Amino acid sequence: MNYVIIGNSAAAVGCIEGIRRFDKENPITVVSDEKYHTYSRPLISYLLYGKTDEERMKYRPDSFYKDNNVNTVLGKKAVSINKEEKEVVLEDNTKIKYDRLLVATGSRPFVPPMEGLDKVKKKFTFMTLDDAKGLESAISSKSNVLVIGAGLIGLKCVEGILDKVKSVTVVDLAERILPSILDEKGSALVQRHIEEKGVKFILGTSAAKLTANSAELKNGEKVDFDVLVVAVGVRPNKELIKDAGGEVRKGIVTNEFCKTSLPHVYAAGDCTESYDTVTGENRILALLPNAYMQGETAGYHMTGSEKPYDKAIAMNAIGFFGYHVITAGSYDGEEIVTEDGENYKKLVVKDNLLKGYIMIGDVARAGIYTKLIREKIPLDSIDFELIKEKPQLMAFSRADREQQLGGAH
Amino acid sequence: MKRIYVNEQWCLGCHLCEYNCAFANTNSENKCRENDMAKALKNKVINPRIRIEEKDDIHFAVSCRHCEDPLCVKGCIAGALSIVDGVINIDQDKCVGCYTCILSCPYGAIMPADSGSVIQKCELCTKNSCGEPACVKGCPNNAIVFEER
Repeated sequence: MNYVIIGNSAAAVGCIEGIRRFDKENPITVVSDEKYHTYSRPLISYLLYGKTDEERMKYRPDSFYKDNNVNTVLGKKAVSINKEEKEVVLEDNTKIKYDRLLVATGSRPFVPPMEGLDKVKKKFTFMTLDDAKGLESAISSKSNVLVIGAGLIGLKCVEGILDKVKSVTVVDLAERILPSILDEKGSALVQRHIEEKGVKFILGTSAAKLTANSAELKNGEKVDFDVLVVAVGVRPNKELIKDAGGEVRKGIVTNEFCKTSLPHVYAAGDCTESYDTVTGENRILALLPNAYMQGETAGYHMTGSEKPYDKAIAMNAIGFFGYHVITAGSYDGEEIVTEDGENYKKLVVKDNLLKGYIMIGDVARAGIYTKLIREKIPLDSIDFELIKEKPQLMAFSRADREQQLGGAH
Repeated sequence: MKRIYVNEQWCLGCHLCEYNCAFANTNSENKCRENDMAKALKNKVINPRIRIEEKDDIHFAVSCRHCEDPLCVKGCIAGALSIVDGVINIDQDKCVGCYTCILSCPYGAIMPADSGSVIQKCELCTKNSCGEPACVKGCPNNAIVFEER
């Protein structure tokens, strides 16, 4: 049995650890177009921020591949899957045979067509370690940086570079920041906090035209810059599966065992769609925990162990300059809001279930809320008044608590 | 594996476990020596890894369950949480304080460390000089126990 994994990030590591839980013997080969030991992509902003370094941002220890009997083929891109021959073809035409294959190819930055973009010399996206290194070498304390995109990637980039440059301006077509995870009130609170650190936001507009060192915005403003970062979104790398005839929609389509429509081929991570158990929709949940757990599920199934992954939900933990945000689920339902200017909490309730929440500032014990969403715990089975006040196990019945705290889970 | 379990009906809500935890994990050289506790903790706001929940006549302690299928470890974006001989271990040197583990833990048993820039959690006193969990050792009523189940 030959296991082959295309990709070397969270989903790939999840798959390796999933396989090795049941199969300690058969060889695993990891193929990646990046040359690095597995590292955490979400940590690239912390690398620039100075909170980690290349050594510490390794996602697993140096001995990981050896400990898990993994062969690595790094710095080579997989260009196609031959499903008849059961082999992966690399860019140098090397072929790697598989019995079970995981496609964990992630996503790539989306750069929209912008007039004059080709004239900009120092332009970056912000996704990989090489992106971060390139950006770091391009900025100095004299740099004026323009970031296009006020989403998670753009704003973490801002946090990473703010202290290293002269100014940062963020432009986004949306009227508010982080619209994918926050409501209006939450967006305003986080924006205020980031603005207080010296970042300028220009929202509700976009770049009409770029020159080498300036952007003309559609609202008529002009922003001068030395360095441009484009972080407007990502696109899943689904082509390997699509070209081999596998089913894709927005992302690669998989079942509850993370199997694609191609025989013996699995997919996990940001290149796939997940079944969102809160909304009942198939959607891309580009989140590291989701990638890991999909990869692990695929790994289990490759060895013949059937453990479905059916509890995927949208969830995010993110912070900017020490101000923390935790969100989960969907915001469609009755809202219960508590706020005091600095801390903000919104619970969203529908059909006797907690469907989603936003916590900003005070995020203590948020996971108890996440559990209510993920496990679909009927709210009439707990003391909802206590749960509204704060996440606490006191809200559960004594019998339930004994079960929760009395065993290993 | 031995874990910490709670006998809720015997918990007095005395909060000694919180003090013993905070003391065991101070940087004092004389960890676990009771006579130094006052010196180490007097007039300090403690940040223990075990926490008492209480309401009316119900009290109980909550700390990491050291899950066999831990959502915090699977979700850690930095690879800073790992399972070491069954104990869920935090490498604070790798942690970047994103709080994905706080988002994930169904028990609410992970919290920011004093610095606010990394997290802390119960590691069953494996990284201090107590030998066995200080909360259990100091519990006057067997309301928290350390045993195989």
